[in-house]
Order: sequence, then C-alpha cells, then structure tokens
Amino acid sequence: MARSGLAAVLPPLFGISALVLIWALVARGSDYLPGPGSTLTSAIELFSDPFYRKGPNDQGIGWNLLASLSRVAQGFGLAALVGIPLGFVLGRFTMISRAFQPIVSLLRPVSPLAWLPIGLAVFQAANPAAIFTIFICSIWPMLLNTALGVASVPQDYLNVARVLRLSEWTVFTRILLPASIPYVLTGAKLALGIAWLSIVASEMLTGGVGIGFWLWDEWNNLNMEHILIAIVVIGVVGLAIEQGMNLVAKRFDYRSN
Amino acid sequence: MTAYLEIDNVSVVFKARGQSFVAVQEVDIKVDQGEFVTIIGHSGCGKSTVLNVIAGLVEPARGGAVLAGREIDGPSPERAVVFQNHSLLPWLTCFGNVHLAVERVFGAKESKAQLAERTNAALALVGLTHAKAKRPNEISGGMKQRVGIARALAMEPKVLLMDEPFGALDALTRANLQDALMDIQAKSRNTVVMITHDVDEAVLLSDRVVMMTNGPAATVGEVLSIDLPRPRHRLQLATDPRYHALRADILRFLHERQGHPIAV
Repeated sequence: MARSGLAAVLPPLFGISALVLIWALVARGSDYLPGPGSTLTSAIELFSDPFYRKGPNDQGIGWNLLASLSRVAQGFGLAALVGIPLGFVLGRFTMISRAFQPIVSLLRPVSPLAWLPIGLAVFQAANPAAIFTIFICSIWPMLLNTALGVASVPQDYLNVARVLRLSEWTVFTRILLPASIPYVLTGAKLALGIAWLSIVASEMLTGGVGIGFWLWDEWNNLNMEHILIAIVVIGVVGLAIEQGMNLVAKRFDYRSN
Repeated sequence: MTAYLEIDNVSVVFKARGQSFVAVQEVDIKVDQGEFVTIIGHSGCGKSTVLNVIAGLVEPARGGAVLAGREIDGPSPERAVVFQNHSLLPWLTCFGNVHLAVERVFGAKESKAQLAERTNAALALVGLTHAKAKRPNEISGGMKQRVGIARALAMEPKVLLMDEPFGALDALTRANLQDALMDIQAKSRNTVVMITHDVDEAVLLSDRVVMMTNGPAATVGEVLSIDLPRPRHRLQLATDPRYHALRADILRFLHERQGHPIAV
C-alpha cells in the first residue's frame, strides 16, 4: 500500500521538479523570463490579497478568475439548454438530423473567436459578446454527443419499449435519457474544456475583468511573473473543471455503480 | 371453433440491398389456451421471425395472426416477450425492470402498493427476492434471464413469447431455469410459444413441438405432440423410452430430412 502510494506520487513529483529545474536554468540565461524564485515571491504577494478592487481595470486575481468562470458558466449553461434538447431531437429523428448535418459540419470547425465580432455587433457590449462566443463553441460537442448517444441506444431497449407500448415521453425519461447520459456528459466535458480555452482568448480581445484580460494587461505592464502565474492558474482551473466533470460523469453513468 | 392463438398463412419478406428475401412462407400454427408450444429448427430458418410476427414486432407480407379473437396489429403487453439477451435496462434494479412493465400494464387502475406487490410477487416466483435491489450487471446470466421471465410474467400476458431464452446460458444453468419454468407453468398454466434449437429442451417443456424446414422460405415441416405426463422430471425421462422416441423423431426431422443448412 505504502509502496504503491509512493510509486504514484514520486514520478509526477519528479516530472514537475525537472520542469522547474529546466525553467530555472533557462531563466538564468534570459533577460525577460523570470525564474521560479521571483515568480513564487510574486505569487505569494498576489494571492495574499486576491479580492481587492482599485477601479474597473485593477482588481484582484480572484475577481478576474470569478469573472471568467461566470462567463463560461453562462455561455456553457445556455449551450446546454439549447444543445442537449436539440441533440435529442437530432438523434431520434433521422430526417431532422439530415437537415441539420451540413450546418453543423460547416460551423463546427470555425474558431470561436471568429464569432466574436458578430457577438459584438449584435449585443453592442463586450460581456454578452464573450458569453455568446462561449455559447457557440460549447454547443457543438454537446449537440453531437447527445445525438450520438440517442442514436446508439441499443435496439434491444427500444424493443422492450415497443412491447410495453410505452409513450414517447416514457421512452424518453426511462430509456433514452438514462441510456444517453454518459454521452451527454462526455459532450459537456469537451464543451467545458473548449469553453475554458476560448474564454482566455476572447477576454484578451474584449477587455474588462477576466483572467484573459488580466494576462494581457500584465503583458502591457511587462510583468512576466504575473503572466507565468496566470498560465499556471488557467491550467489548474482547467484541470479542476475536467476532474470535476469526470466525477459528475462517474456519478451519473449507469455502467459504474 | 378457432384456436386461442392462430397464425394463419403467414409469409414474411425482408428487403435488403434492393432485393427481397422470403424469410418464412405460409406458416400455419394453432395454439390452445394454456398450451406450451415450442418452435424448433436450424439457425437462420426464421423461427424468431415467426415469434416476432406474434409479438407484433415484424409485419407479415401476407397472412396474419389472431389472439383470443383479435387480430394482432403491432406490439402489445398482452404478448410479453422474453428476449434471448434478456434486454434488461442496466440503469434500473431488478425490481425497477419488472416494475416498469407492471406500472405500464396495471398503473392506471392499481395503487402504488399493489404495483409493488405485483413486482415482488413476480420476483419471488422466479426465486430472486434476495437480488431485487441489484442492477443487471451485478448478477449472473441465469439470474438476468430470470428477471426477464419475471418481467414478462408480471404483465399477466395472454401469451408468453420466449425467443431462445436459455440459448446463451451454460448447460447447468439452463437445466436449472428449465426446471424453474416447469414449476411456474405447473402453477400458472400460461400459454407459451418458445423458440429453441435444443431438442432436449423442446421435448422436456412442450406440449407440442413445431418443426420448421430450412430457410429461405421456411415453413412448418411437422408438428409433434409430446404426450409425456406432467410433472416431468429430467432424471426419470433420461431412462424413459417414450422420451427417447420423441427425441429421435425430432432429431430425424432436423438431421435427416432437413439436413444441414447451406450457411451455418
């Protein structure tokens, strides 16, 4: 037990140490890249007061993070509200699916940032435009995965429904929904990942409050320590979102008990 | 006087890649109320197709089936099916799987307590009271099939349709379930149509065995009455010359007259 615990902890620890070492070596020979020591000092200072407000463009990193998370939550939530029901319809009705397929195929590969100007033009404000961008980029994985989940419900289960002559509503709540939940949650996980990638880029363009804006602002201040901290923070939050979704997926997947 | 269940001149045509394929042709089977009829034949002969016509899952190109004076038109809980691969919903417990069927059939006129009572009774009938809170992936293949039988019986169907229900089980489990099924039949005298490719199973369980010719365009070749007295015990039958004679009749039909199907 202790041995396997050690085996689980040691290699990642070693990997991270190696990265920090290389970073320190590279930083010593560079004029711009700060080393691990000064970054850590800066981080301690930064996180000692994460929730201060000095005007609209100078707020603590905590507020910036929360602002980004709130945009992701809103955009993702709207995308789930539209994408999941639409996915059910597409998965259940082949004809509607065929009608939508070319639209989805065409729009899905478009970078979410390409939608930002449209969002700005429609909403005339930065914040709803960023949420709109998140909405657009997170709707596709949810739509497609839900449709796939519904379309791949085993015929056996549907035969049970036919013999019992269940109503369409009962088929939906008792068979289609539980059978496709693993797919829906996979879609949600992918969508959140993409949303978190996109929000940083959108905020760089829209400004205001947000971790992406903060990172760009620190670049304008030439505060390289803060940029490195922002990168780590974005990574940690992304990882936490993914792990959280894994937990949710495990909880609602009928295949795990 | 027509029979309780009457399959009348049924032909089924499947279309695949633009070609039509006659699966079964002019099948006539009559089943009396409370009778246990087995349909046996080589694999691919269309046994399951005939069962699916009775279930209403497949529509015949010609002919039709009548149950208790009413023409069969689509699936219905009055013709419960025990599927070969059990088809239990993996996100429901054993109780939940049976209860879904009970709720659909009796939900409109009975209280929640009565529905739960019916569900428990069906699980008790197949000897699974202890496993009712378990999910399908936590129980053995034989137990899953028992739940499938409980689900079908709990619907109090006019006819119970069984599509090779024990085909995927090992020999000992299969024997166990055959005995359990005979016990249940002794108490409740359901009308049963069962598909099998197991000669011993057919003789042991049936009142009559319908033997089908090889496909394509399979049809009823012969019907054999199994006049062995009930209750039947597999050990006694093992030394019973009548049992062996009946068994030999079926084997002769399957292997001499129908030979082996072209594609196995």
